[in-house]
Amino acid sequence: MDANRKYYGLVAEFDSPAAILRAAEKVRDAGYHRWDTFTPFPIHGLDRVMGLKNSLVGWFALLFGGGAFVGCMAMIWFMNDFDYPVIVGGKPMFSPPAAFVPSYILLVLAGAIGAFVGMIALNELPRFHHPLFKSRRFSLASRDKYFLAIGSTDPKFSETETRKLLAEAGGAHIELVEDD
Amino acid sequence: MPDAALNLKTLAPPPELRRPKLVPGERGLGGLTDHLTAFAEGKTPRWWWIMFLPAAFLAAVVLPSLLIYQISSGIGVWGNNQPVSWGWDIINFVWWVGVAHAGTLISALLFLTRQHWRTAIGRAAEAMTVFAVMMAGLYPGIHTGRVWFDWFLAPIPTSNGIWPQFRSPLMWDVFAVNTYLMVSTLFWYMGLIPDLALMRDRAKTRVRKIIFGVFALGWTGSARHWHNYEKAYLVLSGLATLLVFTVSSIVGMDFATSQLAGWHETIFPFYFVAGAVFCGFGMVLVLLIPLRKLCHLEDVITPQHIDKVCKMTLLMGCIMAYIYVMEYFLAWYTGNPYDSWVFGHRLFGHQYWFGGWIMILVNATLPQLFWFKKVRQNLKLIFVIAVLINIGMWFERFVIIVGSLYQDFLPANWGAYFPTWVDVGTFAGTLGAFFTMYLLFVRFLPVIAVSEVKGATPQADPHHPLGGAKGGH
Repeated sequence: MDANRKYYGLVAEFDSPAAILRAAEKVRDAGYHRWDTFTPFPIHGLDRVMGLKNSLVGWFALLFGGGAFVGCMAMIWFMNDFDYPVIVGGKPMFSPPAAFVPSYILLVLAGAIGAFVGMIALNELPRFHHPLFKSRRFSLASRDKYFLAIGSTDPKFSETETRKLLAEAGGAHIELVEDD
Repeated sequence: MPDAALNLKTLAPPPELRRPKLVPGERGLGGLTDHLTAFAEGKTPRWWWIMFLPAAFLAAVVLPSLLIYQISSGIGVWGNNQPVSWGWDIINFVWWVGVAHAGTLISALLFLTRQHWRTAIGRAAEAMTVFAVMMAGLYPGIHTGRVWFDWFLAPIPTSNGIWPQFRSPLMWDVFAVNTYLMVSTLFWYMGLIPDLALMRDRAKTRVRKIIFGVFALGWTGSARHWHNYEKAYLVLSGLATLLVFTVSSIVGMDFATSQLAGWHETIFPFYFVAGAVFCGFGMVLVLLIPLRKLCHLEDVITPQHIDKVCKMTLLMGCIMAYIYVMEYFLAWYTGNPYDSWVFGHRLFGHQYWFGGWIMILVNATLPQLFWFKKVRQNLKLIFVIAVLINIGMWFERFVIIVGSLYQDFLPANWGAYFPTWVDVGTFAGTLGAFFTMYLLFVRFLPVIAVSEVKGATPQADPHHPLGGAKGGH
């Protein structure tokens, strides 16, 4: 390790979902905190091993959608009852059942946008550059290989010890990735 | 892994209980990835150009010139008249919205109900939804006649001081169709992100790498990202499922809230949803049957998938039959002479009687063939039936719209309706635009949701021997 350079961390490659699951258990039991796994599809059980809490995306959707529903109801009341009432077929100026439909539609729209925006924001995307993209083998993470990276900022990180742990867990092509 | 293979054998159920595999497992995940992306990365085959060029001509030449002609001359260039003020424009609008519905149903509702077979056809069906809603959204826009006033539909403050009238289902429709377009596009795009990252990682040229890289938003496949992504996908599916049931309901209410015989029915929202999904499944079959062959995906989109879509089509066909019977029953049971007139003339009128017969024979009767397994396995026959279902559903909208308008309450007001060449050309143009976009999608993007399909294989299951699990793990 060159002291003048910044490092992202160590990355190891695994061959199967079960192998990465076992490796993740080992890394967790060894007491690491700043580590992540990279897989071509979500592997069930991995989130539990990594201790990921329930995602906040649902709250984004609820806030956006609920806000849009209330906002649309208020907008229709303002437009058709308060600001410029027009009599149409003797119908009430504002009636919740009629205003419900467009408000509900906007709930769906804003809820969907909320879920998407929430997912992007919580994942800190878009981020077009990532230190791991420098690793040549990492492009296989979208194909059929499974990667586990331990960050150099982890208090327990040490190049030799961490490398040993990853090798014991069955990791191949263990690589020290630079940060810039 | 000899012990893993052995384990699989001892654990396997007896042959008569074994289900056919949803995804071929022999290839391994890497091979499967190569296979599923091969078409989007390979050379453009000749059949693609043969289909693309006429479609692109319709989309890029015929459609814009007819739109310019119609917008600059007025609605009079169409066949619309009094009393038939809704003609092919609204027929085609309802038809395109209907085509869209099956895609959302397959990708969202079947996701919520954990139907894993949907992974193979979800992406292709969602793309169909997005492009069909675009075509649907075009029609009400130009149907207003003076398109430069379309912005009156938006609730924005203007110097007129007047606001849109939210008590009208037509206003709800503006919201519903635009929402449908945006949500289905978002849903489709979000599903694409991991596969765009895959295409980025596989890209051989710099240009491809940059384009796919930008649209993949820097996806790495991190478990933390997947965690949020899966939640967002679940929420989006739930919301999109609501749209399956509301968009066509609102289109149905456009009709049902009017006083016209043949439109003024409480069954209409349900009727339009069922009809939309039915027609959409027809279009899914029309697209998938050639697609699986031309893109060499026979082992991923298997006859088993087609069989399942056929069964859904059969279910929807039975619902259509029920609704048709119920409509006639209501027309008789209410004792309303105008209703009886309209429904009698659907089948035995002087004009347009053929539409009523096509509607009943094709939409309610033809899908009954899907009760037979032999039919559900005969792809050519399914293709023909699916094309006929699309035509039949188009005639259903013709019967509902023109059949109710041309003879209304006052005989002095009766008229007739014939489409003009501009009507026909515009519809052909939208078909061209739809297929142009679909062919571009097939050519440049993975038509199968690669990461989803991989996730549904036993190799992806950490507790399956093929996923690397050791005995007893």
